[in-house]
Amino acid sequence: MSSFLQLDAPALLAATLAGGTCGLLGSFLVLRRESLLGDALSHAVLPGIVAGFALTGLRASLPMLLGALAAALLATVAIGLVRRLARLEAGAATGLVFTGFFALGLVGLEVTGARMADLDLDCVLFGQIETLVWLEATGWASLLDPAALAGLPRQLGLLAGVAAVAVLAVAAFWHPLRLVCFDRDYASALGLRVSWWEMGLNLLIAAAAVAAFEAVGTVLVVALLACPAVAMRLLTDTYRVQVWGAAGLGAVLGALGVLLAGPLPAALGLAFSVNAAGVIGSLAGLAVFLSLRFAPRRG
Amino acid sequence: MIPPLSLRGVSVRYGDRPALSDVSWDAVPGLTAILGPNGAGKSTLLRAALGLVPATGEVRFFGRPLADVRNRVAFLPQRASVDWDFPATALDVVGMARLPRLRRWWGGLPGPDRDAALSALDSVGMADFAGRQIGRLSGGQQQRVFLARALAQGADLFLMDEPLAAVDAVTERAILAVLHRLVDEGKTVLMVHHDLSLVSEHFTDVLLLAGRVVAAGPVREAFTEDSVARAFGGLPRMMVA
Amino acid sequence: MIGHNTLIVLLGCVALGLAAGVVGCFALLRGRALLADAIGHAALPGVVAAALLTAALGGEARALGPLLLGGALSALLGLWALRILTASGRIRADAGIAVVLSAFYALGTVGLSVAQAIPGAAQAGLPHFILGQAATLTTNDALVAAALALGAVGAVLALFQPLRALCFDEAHAASLGLPVRRLDALLLALILLVTVAGLPAVGLILVVALLIVPAAAARLVTRRLPGMVALAGGLGALAGVAGALASQRLPELPTGAAVVLAGLVFFALALLLRRPA
Repeated sequence: MSSFLQLDAPALLAATLAGGTCGLLGSFLVLRRESLLGDALSHAVLPGIVAGFALTGLRASLPMLLGALAAALLATVAIGLVRRLARLEAGAATGLVFTGFFALGLVGLEVTGARMADLDLDCVLFGQIETLVWLEATGWASLLDPAALAGLPRQLGLLAGVAAVAVLAVAAFWHPLRLVCFDRDYASALGLRVSWWEMGLNLLIAAAAVAAFEAVGTVLVVALLACPAVAMRLLTDTYRVQVWGAAGLGAVLGALGVLLAGPLPAALGLAFSVNAAGVIGSLAGLAVFLSLRFAPRRG
Repeated sequence: MIPPLSLRGVSVRYGDRPALSDVSWDAVPGLTAILGPNGAGKSTLLRAALGLVPATGEVRFFGRPLADVRNRVAFLPQRASVDWDFPATALDVVGMARLPRLRRWWGGLPGPDRDAALSALDSVGMADFAGRQIGRLSGGQQQRVFLARALAQGADLFLMDEPLAAVDAVTERAILAVLHRLVDEGKTVLMVHHDLSLVSEHFTDVLLLAGRVVAAGPVREAFTEDSVARAFGGLPRMMVA
Repeated sequence: MIGHNTLIVLLGCVALGLAAGVVGCFALLRGRALLADAIGHAALPGVVAAALLTAALGGEARALGPLLLGGALSALLGLWALRILTASGRIRADAGIAVVLSAFYALGTVGLSVAQAIPGAAQAGLPHFILGQAATLTTNDALVAAALALGAVGAVLALFQPLRALCFDEAHAASLGLPVRRLDALLLALILLVTVAGLPAVGLILVVALLIVPAAAARLVTRRLPGMVALAGGLGALAGVAGALASQRLPELPTGAAVVLAGLVFFALALLLRRPA
């Protein structure tokens, strides 16, 4: 049992939190028809993560989070500027900016590479969920042992913090968030500062992308932002079910993916394991197609 | 009397293209049609007044800046401006009007606000559809939901962007009935409109635009063959007063 | 002194950049530029499957031809999935693209982890398809990529007038009797061709920039389509050169990053020099 706590539980928890948070926030992207912004933000935070890391020399959560939020803010502003100055449609402007940010991040990884042996390209591209372990755990009693809990992977703390903030924010700002997503003009006419609300949402999404990034990697953050929300769009016409349902679906997909990738084959006596993040993303895509196939017909 | 809406030297540019030049105009209580050809700046006028597009010049609502009197001003955007596939019921949409009055932003709509939304739906003949997903309503029904949302605000001034565009006859009658009732209550309705045939019968005032003010005033005085021809670029129109 | 292989790789990157710039103009004007993002990511599972299959059949798993064919097939599958997703009207193109690119990429990473577990090093070089590594291309690889790219340029030049009509005013083009649907499919095929050909050198994450950035820069400083296409092709070629050279000098740096940053320098210059509206 202690091997479950040591090796599988951290990955399971991380994937559940990452899937739940991204699933929750993904609904707002899909409802605003800005799913590609999720693509953009998850790539654009890379230079911020690298910069936060390089400036402090620490692989700690806070500098990486702050750097990523700054990069997300810059990228959002840059997309708006490019759209206006170059008169590009939103998709092209988004593609131009996020590839630029991602390229800068890659260069940054090389330039500062020596100092960060474990923030390597594999983490960016495939995630490192398998490396999350809790070696201090000796049994269930460790869950109550402060000394052992201090040995929990740092990533879990960031994930749990961002998840809590996201859930609280969505619940506390329920009515204005729905209005801003449905009808920007009317929301402005009622006196809501729509661009601030949208920026707040974008920053929350960037925070979720950073927190989930080490677990599942950049591209698969996009899967968790897009797929659960899109699947729920096919399955429900109720806003509440859409928002919380996508969060639940994301969490289930995360957990299921981790189980399918490693522990399950091992429990069955098979000798292989596959990339957990990849399994999560594939399951997410499968969920969309099953929803499409079995969604109730609409008249 | 303080005009419900007063514009002084309002201009709007989209990039390098002027959309509206130097509009000075005072609205009066009643039902005003804002008329003009495509690109005349009709919707832009409403959007500029509400601060939805950057504009120069001075805008006053009831003699004050908009921020002071938001609850007295209701906006009805074009139906095509939102995603009707959005997961929301008719009641959800109408309830959005109550947002400025909510003391908390979480949980369900409080009872009194729910009642206000339901009675607004009732007044446009949509009470039976309160729980229906908005995507399953007809175009005319969707337009009536939008009107109900504006009503649920309890405002004194209504800015409506083409509420009669592409609606069925039932909806047109229902909307016009609501508008007449509002006017009888002393409210002000400014409505971007495209069908000149309805103007003489239903409206009290007109504002004719062609990138600037061509004519404005009571229908009998301002809605003439000559002013319409000037606004619409010389095309003869037979429906005028 | 530049070696023979280096020279060929350089020329291959020039051809790729040229083709991406030229095809990118039409993709941009038709609002299809981001499809290259979906195509690039959707190619990964096909590339991996092709490598595994070739290795299982005892062939040379690193030969580019089968890999690109596999990539193109799974990219086609991705486009088909995108069409099914968006056909309902429930899912918009933006959400559809996000779903397709991430789910296919996920499938590809699962495949990569399987390939890594298989002895025989079938996976050697496969990760380069993600971020691109021009320096590792063989002479043959570069020639294959260049041939595909130049084929795309030739198709655009041959069909310049109808493609222009399609991008300018689809309804008018249809009223002239042009086969609008087939032209649209052709443009999609060209985007797919250039994207897939660019994968080994530029990588699937950043290849979309090669289509967008030169075209966007060229549009800022030109008034007419022929000028825009020519300039975008030139800028794309220059970005290709920058990428190839950077890949030679700094083998650790992903080529895609160098290409994108070079392109963005051109874009910034174009913003400064842009014609008054």
